[in-house]
This record gives sequence, C-alpha cells and structure tokens, in this order.
Amino acid sequence: MTKKMIQFENINKSFGKLQVLKDISVSFEQGQSVAILGPNGSGKTTLIKTLLGMVVPDSGSIFFERQSIKNAFLYRNQIGYMPQIGHYPPNLKIRQLIDMMIDIRNSKENNIELDEELIDEFKLKTVESKPLGTLSGGTTQKVSAALAFLFNPKVLILDEPTAGLDPLSSEILKAKILKEKQNGKLILITSHIMSDLEELASHIMYLQDGKLQFFKELEFLKIEFCEERLNKIIALIMQKKTKIYT
Amino acid sequence: MVKVIKYVVYDIIRNRFVIGYTLLLLVMSLSFFGFESDPNKGLLSMLNIILMVVPLVSIIFSTIHFYNSYEFLELLSAQPMSRKTIFFSQYLGVCISLSLAFLFGVGLPTYIFEGSERGFTLISSGLLLTLIFVSIAFFASVFTRDKAKGIGIALGLWFYLCLLYDGLVLSALLTLSDYPMEKASLVFTAFNPTDLARILVLMKLDVSALMGITGAVFQNFFSSKIGISVAFFLLILWIIIPIAWAFKLFNKKDL
Amino acid sequence: MKKLLAILLFTFPSVVFAKTWQVKNIIQLQNTVRIAQKGDIIEVFAGEYLFKDLNIDKSLTIIGKNFPVFDAQFRGEILTITANDVSISGIEFRNVGETSMIDWAAIKVLESERVMIFNNRFNHCYFGIYLSSSNHCSVQNNRVIGIPKEEQTTGNGIHAWKCDSIRIQHNYVEGHRDGIYFEFVTNSIIEHNYSTKNIRYGLHFMFSHRNAYQYNTFAKNGAGVAVMYTKGVLMKYNTFKDNWGGSAFGILLKDISDSEIEHNIFNSNTVGVYMEGCSRLNFKENIFNQNGIALRIQANCDENNIEHNNFLANTFDVATNGNAVFNYLKENYWDKYEGYDLNHDGKGDISYRPVSLFSTLIERMPQAMILLRSFTATLLDKIEKIIPSLTPENLKDENPRMKPNLIQPINA
Repeated sequence: MTKKMIQFENINKSFGKLQVLKDISVSFEQGQSVAILGPNGSGKTTLIKTLLGMVVPDSGSIFFERQSIKNAFLYRNQIGYMPQIGHYPPNLKIRQLIDMMIDIRNSKENNIELDEELIDEFKLKTVESKPLGTLSGGTTQKVSAALAFLFNPKVLILDEPTAGLDPLSSEILKAKILKEKQNGKLILITSHIMSDLEELASHIMYLQDGKLQFFKELEFLKIEFCEERLNKIIALIMQKKTKIYT
Repeated sequence: MVKVIKYVVYDIIRNRFVIGYTLLLLVMSLSFFGFESDPNKGLLSMLNIILMVVPLVSIIFSTIHFYNSYEFLELLSAQPMSRKTIFFSQYLGVCISLSLAFLFGVGLPTYIFEGSERGFTLISSGLLLTLIFVSIAFFASVFTRDKAKGIGIALGLWFYLCLLYDGLVLSALLTLSDYPMEKASLVFTAFNPTDLARILVLMKLDVSALMGITGAVFQNFFSSKIGISVAFFLLILWIIIPIAWAFKLFNKKDL
Repeated sequence: MKKLLAILLFTFPSVVFAKTWQVKNIIQLQNTVRIAQKGDIIEVFAGEYLFKDLNIDKSLTIIGKNFPVFDAQFRGEILTITANDVSISGIEFRNVGETSMIDWAAIKVLESERVMIFNNRFNHCYFGIYLSSSNHCSVQNNRVIGIPKEEQTTGNGIHAWKCDSIRIQHNYVEGHRDGIYFEFVTNSIIEHNYSTKNIRYGLHFMFSHRNAYQYNTFAKNGAGVAVMYTKGVLMKYNTFKDNWGGSAFGILLKDISDSEIEHNIFNSNTVGVYMEGCSRLNFKENIFNQNGIALRIQANCDENNIEHNNFLANTFDVATNGNAVFNYLKENYWDKYEGYDLNHDGKGDISYRPVSLFSTLIERMPQAMILLRSFTATLLDKIEKIIPSLTPENLKDENPRMKPNLIQPINA
C-alpha cells in the first residue's frame, strides 16, 4: 500500500517576467526515489525550494501528507535537506552545528532516534571541533549529508549529493540513500551524474522551460526507449525535444 | 529562537572583524579618557565615536553578515522553523554580538572613567544607535539580493544620516530663517536617529546651553523629563520600524 | 561700698539703668515696648505673638528666647524701626501680607543708624528685611525663606535702599523676588551669603558704588545676579551656579565700570557672565566651568581686561554680538585650545580665538542649537579655524596657557 506524501497542484511561479514553473502538477509517494532532471534553468531548484517553503508559488498548492504547506513549517520536521553547496557560519564547529540542528528539531523532546550512521562512516567525529569555515568542499558536503539523514526524516531532498565527494564517500552516501529507499522513504534527487541516478532512482521527473515533460518509472522509460542506459535515454529525449522545436 | 541566537552570537563574536571593532573601540576609549585629564572632554570625544563610527560599523557589518549568511538562512528555512524565528534569531544574534562589542569597547571604559549619569546616557545612546543601525542594515539587505547593491544602500544611508542630514537641516533653517522654525527643527531631529541620540547626550552634557534657547517649545522639551522620554521613545521606534518592515519583506521573500 | 556704687552709678548710667524685661504674650510685649526706656532689653519667650505694625521708636534690644513667633497673619507688617541702635535677634517672623501700595516687610528700618538684625528666621514674608535710608546697620545670620508667586506679588528677601556702610553677612535667602536687593547703597559689604531659588535675581543692585561682594553663593535663581549702573565694585570669591534659562546669567553686568571681578567660580550657568556697556573691568582668576556660554561680551564693552581665567568644559567660551570689541584676553586657559608650545614657556605659540563660528550662527538662529556637536557644526568650526571669516578678528588670546592657571580655591 503506497501513501501519497507530496502533491503539487498547478504550481506557477515567475521571477519578474521569467516564468520558471508552469502549471506543474505531480505527486510523489512513499518508497519512491525520484530523480528530478532537466537542462540548466529548467526549474528544478525552484521546484525544490517551493516544497521547502523558501519560494512561495504565485498560484497553486502544495500538500505534504495531505496538508497544505502554505504558512506552515512543522511539516519540515519530516524533511531532510542537503543543499548543493553548504555555507555555514564559519566560526561554528561541526559539533556545534550538529547540536544546533538537534536543538532546532527538538529531537530529545520528540524522542526522534538520531541516525548517526553517516557521521560515523564519514568519520566526522574526528574533525568535529574544526570550525566550519576551515573545511574543504568535500568535508562540507559530508556534513550536509550527515545533517540531512540525522533525523530519520520521511522525505529526503538531495541537491547534487555526490558532487564534490571523493569516490569512497560517494559510495557510502549512495549506499545510505539506497538503504533509506528500502526503508520506505521518499527521496528526491537532482544530479548531473546519470550513472548515480541509474543506481538510485526509481522514477524520473523531467522538466524543461518550467514545464513538467513527464514523470515516469525508470523501468517504463527503459522499455519505451528500448535503452538500458539512463544517459542515453536523456540524450534521446533532449534530441527529440530539439527536433520538435526545429 | 534562543537556541539559534546562541549559535549566531557564538559565531559572530569569533569573527575577526568584530574582535577588531571591539579592540578599536577599546583603544579609542582608553586613549580619550586616559590622555584627557578632564573626563568631560573624554565624553565629548566619545560622543563623536558614537555618532560616526558605531553607526558605520553596525550598518556595514550587519549588511555583510546578512549576505554571507544567506545560504545558512536557506538551510535554516529547510528546517521546521518559521520565517519569523529564522529572521529574528539572525537579527537578535547580530544585535547581541555588536552590543557586547560596544559594551566592552565603550561601555566598560566609560563606566570606569565616568560612571555618572552622563556616562550612562552616553552608553545607552550608543547602544540604541547600534540596534538602530543593525535594523536599518537588515532593511537594506532584505531590499535587494545583490550584495554589492545592499552594501551600497547601507553606506548611502549611513552617509545621509550621519553626515549629510544635519547639513541639510542647517541649510533649511538658514533658508527659512524668516519663519518660526522652533517646532520644525525639533521635528527634523526626530527623523534622524543620530540626531536624537546626540540630543539625548546633549541634554546631559550641555544642559546649560540648551536652556538658553528661547521659546516655549524648546524650554518644555529640554527642561523636563518629557524631552528625554520622547527622545528615547523615538529611538526605540527607530529600532522597531525598520526591522518590522524588513521582516514583512523577508516573510514574503523568495530565498 | 556705698561710695563705690555711687561712682558706678554716676559713671555708667546707661548700663545701670538698663532694665531687662521679660515678656510672654502679646499684651506684655506691646506694653513693654511702650513703657520701656531707651537702652532696655526685652526678652521675648517662645510662643505665638499675633500682631501687626509694632513700632520700635527707641533704642531697644529685643532678644527672642527659643524663637518666639511673630505672626502678622498676612494683614500688615511686623516691626517698624525708627530709632538708632536697635537690635533684633532670635525671633521667627511669619506671614507678612502683600500689598501693591507699600512694601510690607517683617522688619522695616526707616532712617535709623546702627540697627542690628541677626539670628532671626523669616518665613513667608512679603519682604524680609527692609532698610531704608539707614546707615551702619548690620544684617547677619538670618534665614529668609519665602514662597514665591508672581514677580509682581513677591517681595525681596533683604532689601536696602539709600544706605551707607551696611553689612549683610552669613544670611540665607530663598524664594523671594530678589534675594538681596541694593539700590543707592554705598561703601557696604555683602559676604558669606547664600541666595538661591529666587524668582528673579539672587542679588540685584543698581547705583550702588564702592561696595564689596565676597564669598557669596548664588545658585538656581531665575535670572542669576544683576549688577547695574555702578562704579567701583569689588566682587571676589563668589560662586555663581546652576542659573538656567532663556535670560539667566551667572552674573549680568550692565553699565559697570572700574570694577574688579576676581576669583569667582561660574559653574553650570546658561550664560556665565553677560557684559553690556562695561568698561575698565578687571576679570582675573575666575573659573568658568560647564556654562552654556562662559562669557558674553556685547559690542559696547571696552577696555576690559580678561586674564588668567580658566575656561573649562563650557559649551561656548565667548560669544559676542558685534565686531569691534576692544577687550583684552590674556593668558587665560581654554580647554578647547589645540595649539602647541615649542619654546616651553607655558603659553601657546598661536593665538586662540574663543568665539566659534557655530556660536555666531546661533546668535542669529537660536534654533540651530539642536545641531550642537553634530558633524556639520564641527565641520563649520574647523573650517572657520583654518580660514577665519565670520568670527571677530580682534577678540583673541595671544598667549593662551597650555595648562590651567593655578587658582586658589575659595575658602569660604
């Protein structure tokens, strides 16, 4: 039995004259692992930001577990978010950032069991007293990833999760994502590394010029295009589009 | 909110710029009070610092800090926190940090060398100006996403309020000197927090001179507690209005 | 023995015949004053004596024991003295009524000599002590406290008109129109008095030549102290403080000439000294501290010497309304002076111009005061210092002191 977690209904958003999201309606269910794809500037990041409440749509509604997220914030207890590039207060130490997040999430009062698996596997404890401003890009990514998974959320939003990670850490993270997918979490990923998505994604959502082109299971796509490799499929889609336009 | 403020303050007071600011204030205070045998002259030199340096540093630092924390604000807004909590934890964090810097750099030496009512008036007006210019900085920062533009606006506001405004008032008074400008000149000051803070200190430092201005409005304003209360009240409005407006914009803003 | 007594009687008739009366109520007092002989002593015991207009027309010594209260219940005066050598002491005078026709006073002395008024208290009296055409009188150690109303309906604390060689010493005067008032009084001394919270002047005198004023304190009076139309005044060791207001001065000098003003302290007044039409005054070793304007010299003053004074923490040191001022500033200490002393003689090498541009501006536009100590005001003054254009050229101290002049503190 699948459960509808997130539902977008007729979302429109413009920045000035540029319309970045055009009438997007889609819904995601528990246990899905959705790769959000599209060329640069197609509206992927904006879509994620509307879900997190950072960007308020001009029209349309978003529901999280059937509740509208408009003017709400508690639903974000269920979301773990890993930003593309983490910028943290430079003079805070890793430990303090983690403590702060734990404070914010009230995890002790709410009895949320902390998932420190990534903290352990990335060996963040050994560098926990380093100020965040002194960390390399890769370590910062590890911190971001660890924070996203820390509270065992039902939904994980991962923006370019493997970018900047060394191959070993990248593998650790991918294994973790798969594990959580198995645990029935909803996972939303944007990435440019198709091979990663091939391993991780169950569904593909394709955006272009702010429009939802399709939202399909990866398996269906493979059959539709008679092609096993995701990057080939995407290339074909993009070619097809250009053909239509020319 | 307190949870976040705690970490924001922790972060800022380790900032090299803020440490430098504190030390600069401390060195200036100590030299003003130390070299002058007359604490009165020390207070007057401090007044200039409070009217120029404190607003400048407060507004510039707050603006830069706001832009540098932008990604952190994004991260926070992905957490189960309201925009209000996110925004005011940043605001109060900056306020607390800069106030601490001010209290350590100016408050402490002033208290030691001139722990009188006049010293306290000086400290409290400096503190109020710190809070006001942080408010104004947040307002400027929320206004535009462009960091350079934001810093430009902040600098412009500082230049206008701390340097230009009084000159404009003076030329207005000169041009309109045929008209009774008594009330008008008091109203002019209400529109500039540095003027209000300055007058607050003057009411302690130069009361004998102020009492020499003829005219009932001035007399009433300067001779009673009313003047001080009104000035304080207006200064507090100068904190609240920009930050409330800034929050209104931030609340609807796309991050 | 009898012979000795006879000699004594013969030699000191006044001493021997002087009788001491003791009175305990108003009837006794009135009778005794009537029947007592010249030179008698009347001891008045504590109690309430309700009466008005008692005339002392012979030389009596009236001594209050434990402050008997003489109360006129606002219906008239209390004592009128019209004889020489009267002495009044130890009495509390109360409730002298006000009138616009005559100046009712608690003690009025008319054309009498050598009257002594000391150790008395005056509460709520229209006028306290009123000396008229009386010479060689002394007023000492009295406390004169009024409840001020309008200027027209309040009298003076100690009032002297047309007197010579009188002494006003160690009195405390509060809440009258003028604390101490002198008109046409000459060769007299006012010293060690404290005059405060009077609605007009703490000390007011006119046409009173060759008097000395020393060791007095005048504080928080409506308009400070006014000294007018007089020559040959000696003012030393006085303190003028906390006189605030649109027309309040530490001291107002109007048409004063050939006088010495030395060793005074002017502290926290709106204007420390206001000089109008003054000539040949010597201002020496005074301390001006925390005044709005320490010294205001109107353009009609000339030949005044202002030297060895200390100017400290005043908002403005000197203000003037004109240009041609022939007054001499010499070796004063100005805390605003920013010069240097290369030859180490204790005097600055460049002259100090105590009139600031901003103060000149305020002359014309008082409301510009709200810009005091603003960046704009400071900028204007700095520019004026570099390129003087508006401030008077000849009003300057050529040898400003680098350190405060050593001025002995007042030993009151």
